[in-house]
Formats: sequence, C-alpha cells, structure tokens
Amino acid sequence: MLTSGIIVLQGGLLDPNPGLIFWTAITFVIVLLILRKFAWGPIVGALEDREKAIQASIDRAHSAKDEAEAALRKNKELLAKADADADRIIREGKSYGEQLRSEMTAKAQTEANRMIAAAKEEIEQEKRRALDELRNEVADLAVQGAEKIIKANLDADKQKAIVAGMIDDLTKHRN
Amino acid sequence: MKRVNGYKSIVLSRVVTLLVPMLLGMGSLVYASSTVGHGAEAAHPEVVAHAQEAVHSETAVPDDAAAHGDGHGGHESAGDVIMHHILDSGVMAFEPFGELHLPKIVIGGYDISITKNVVMMWLASAILLAVFIPVGRTYSSLSSRKAASGVANTMEALVEFIRLDVAKSNIGHGYEKHLPYLLTVFAFILMLNLLGLIPYGATATSNVNVTLTLAVFTFIITQVAALKAHGIKGYIAHLTAGTHWSLWFIMVPIEIIGLFTKPFALTVRLFANMTAGHIVILSLIFISFILKSYVVAMFVSVPFSIFIYLLEIFVAFLQAFIFTMLSALFIGLATAHEGHEAEAAH
Repeated sequence: MLTSGIIVLQGGLLDPNPGLIFWTAITFVIVLLILRKFAWGPIVGALEDREKAIQASIDRAHSAKDEAEAALRKNKELLAKADADADRIIREGKSYGEQLRSEMTAKAQTEANRMIAAAKEEIEQEKRRALDELRNEVADLAVQGAEKIIKANLDADKQKAIVAGMIDDLTKHRN
Repeated sequence: MKRVNGYKSIVLSRVVTLLVPMLLGMGSLVYASSTVGHGAEAAHPEVVAHAQEAVHSETAVPDDAAAHGDGHGGHESAGDVIMHHILDSGVMAFEPFGELHLPKIVIGGYDISITKNVVMMWLASAILLAVFIPVGRTYSSLSSRKAASGVANTMEALVEFIRLDVAKSNIGHGYEKHLPYLLTVFAFILMLNLLGLIPYGATATSNVNVTLTLAVFTFIITQVAALKAHGIKGYIAHLTAGTHWSLWFIMVPIEIIGLFTKPFALTVRLFANMTAGHIVILSLIFISFILKSYVVAMFVSVPFSIFIYLLEIFVAFLQAFIFTMLSALFIGLATAHEGHEAEAAH
C-alpha cells in the first residue's frame, strides 16, 4: 500500500488533461441547456404553480373563515338586539297593561259609584212614592173604616129622635 | 469419554494441518502473481485488464479470480494496478469479454480524445436526459390541481429538495435564476458518482479535471452573480472588505486568494472523496492478493470492501449534495447585500 501512496505523490492523479476538461465543459453545458429547456423549466414551473395554488387556497380559506366569523358576529349582534327588543316590547306591554288595568279599575269604580248612587236615588224615590201610596191607602182605609163604624152605629129612630130633639132645641133657642 | 475426546482432538489437528496451508495459499494455490510476462502486449491495456480483474473479484468469489489469474500476469505492484484503475484512459475494458479502444482525437496540438471518463459522462448525460425529459413532459401537461405519480413524483422530491433546501435557503431572493445550474450539477455529479460504483464503470468525478471544470462553472456563476448584484464598484469595494485604505495592500490579496479558494476547495473535495473511496476498496481487495490467502479474502477483503462500497453509495449522494450546497452558498454569499460593509467603507 505504501507504493500507492508514492504513486499518488508522483502524479497521475493530478495530471491536467485539456481533452477531459473540454469534454466535461461541452457535455455539462449541453446537458444543462437541454435539461433547463425540457426538464427543469416545466418541473419548477409546475411546482411553483402548485405552491401558488396552495397559497391561494390557504388565503381563500382564511378569508372564508374571516367572513364566517364576521357573519357569526353579526348574527350574534342581531340576536342580542332582537333579545333587547323583545325585552323592551314585553316591558312596554306590561306597563301598558298595568296602566290599562288601573284605568279600567278606576273607570269601573266610578261607574259602580255612579250606579250605586242612581240606585239609591231610585230606591229613595220609590220609597217616597210607596209611602205616599201607603198614606193614601191608609187614609182611605181609615175613612172606609170610619164609614163602616158610623154606618153600623147609625139607627133611624135614634136619628129621628136626635133630629127632633135638635129641632126642638132650635125652636126653643129661636125664641 | 476421555478417549473419545482425545480421538477428536487428533482428527481436529489433522484437519487444521491440512486446511491451514491450503487456506493461506502456501501450496500451489498461487494466483495473480504469475511472473509470466506478455511481451507482445503493451503494458497499458494489460494493466487495465488486471485492474478490472480486481474489480471483478469484488463481486465474484476469489476462486473465480484464480481461474483467470494466470492469464494476465504483470510486473506491476498493487499500487500501479490501483492507479491505473483510478486514472483515466483511452481503453474501456470489459474483462472477460474483451476491450474497447476509444478514438483518439487531436486538434491543433490539443489532445481531445474520447476517454473512459468522457464516455461515462456521456452515459450519465444520456441517463439524465432519459429520466428527466419524460418527467418534464409529464409536468408540462399537468395542471396544478393534479399531483404527479411514479418517476415524476420521485424526481419531484429531488427537485423540490434542491429548490427549497439548497437554493432558496442559501441564495434567497432571485434563486430561480440559478436553479437550473444547481439542479443540473447535482444530478450530473450524482449520476457520475453512482456510475463509478457499477462494474465496468469509471468514476469521472474522481478525475481532478472534471471536478475542476465543474468548480470553474460555479466560480464563473458566482462572480457574474456578484458583479450583477453589486456592480463593478461594489465588486471592487468588496475586495477591500470594508477596511481602512492602509490595510488594502493586505486585504486585497487575501480577498483575491479567497475568491479562488472556494472553487479549489470544491474541486479537491469532490475529487478526493471519490478517489479515496475507490482506492480504499481496491486496496482492501489487494490485501488478499498480496497475502495470497482465501481467509483474508473471506474475512477481511470482501466484508470490508462491501462496507466501504455501501459507504461509497452514501458518499456519492453526500458529495453531490455538498457540491450543490456549497455552490448555492457561494452564490448566496456573493449576491448578499452586505449593508454594514458598505457603510463601514464610507
């Protein structure tokens, strides 16, 4: 193995060879040009296209997500607003109802009072009328009773005696 | 009982006395050391053949090596054989089937002949094109809503890894411009590294010229990127590292050396890593040839070289990744806007 080392030092490995340099350069440049035109161009172009497509897809996905989030936010806002509206409407309805109720109660109260007063008035009138009637009736009854009593107590002889007495008196007294 | 034991021990000792010399190769079992020279053949292909034989014994059991060991003898030491396996050559040897002599081309005094490593690079390029062009076609007919499957999906993981973890994280803004280079350099180096691990293959990345060329590409791209990012004024200001002018005569040379250290480090790292693994595998194999022993082959050479081989697969990926990573890092460093330095310079 020592000899091989000596030979390496003696040269051979590091000999310049213009022919080989020439052919290497020619071959490499031709391969480079052909591959650049027919292989690297299309491949790298396709890879870049794909990269761009992927990036575009990611961007699209991001914007879609943003849009969806915005829509969600808007929906939430709308929902909150609707909730508030409903609350407000309910509150208003309640207070209106309350007001209406109290109004109606008051109205009913006054109506009732008025009706009671009217009823009282009528009752009073009726009572008065009844009393009048009763008085007339009682008076008639008393007159009829008195008449009956008088009729029962009236005797023709007695009357005649009375009247004769009266005439006597009158004649006596005329003198 | 004692007698039976004694009998057994006698048998055992006989078996051992018979087997040990045989296993250690002390008899006629001499292989790979024949001194018969082949005068007609040139030394060059012979040595390559020998090296291939060594590689062959990685997969086959050593008996096999013994079978054709006497055919190709050589004077070379193990070191020569290893070096000839590692080094580039104009001959591709397919050991039992023959060998292929690659054409020599010389233009204007420069030797630009096709060598083993060049063939490997072309093979790697062909595989890369065959794999990635259909994948590219799949993707160009694919909409962004559909996912790829099969090979395309596998390659997508690789491309995505380089794109995001290497290019984007190191270069940052404007990484798309450098992405094709980084992807190509990763795939190219990885394929070359892996091709070096298959039988009959050669590792082009274990040649310093190949790695140097690739590193020079990174260097050029880095400097161009730096010039574009900072302008000529900023580029020159960067060389002074924002220090006081009296220190410039030290800082400027240091910064200039620093510029060249980076590609140098890239070159040597890849080259040395890929070479070292192969040298270790071949050395482990040659232990059994040098000691001429089956036992060593069974219990040292083969298991250890398998271990190193698996390690090499890991290293193949790792070094391709590191080269790409460091290239991206250097480009990122060069293009980074270092505001504090600019402020300090004023």
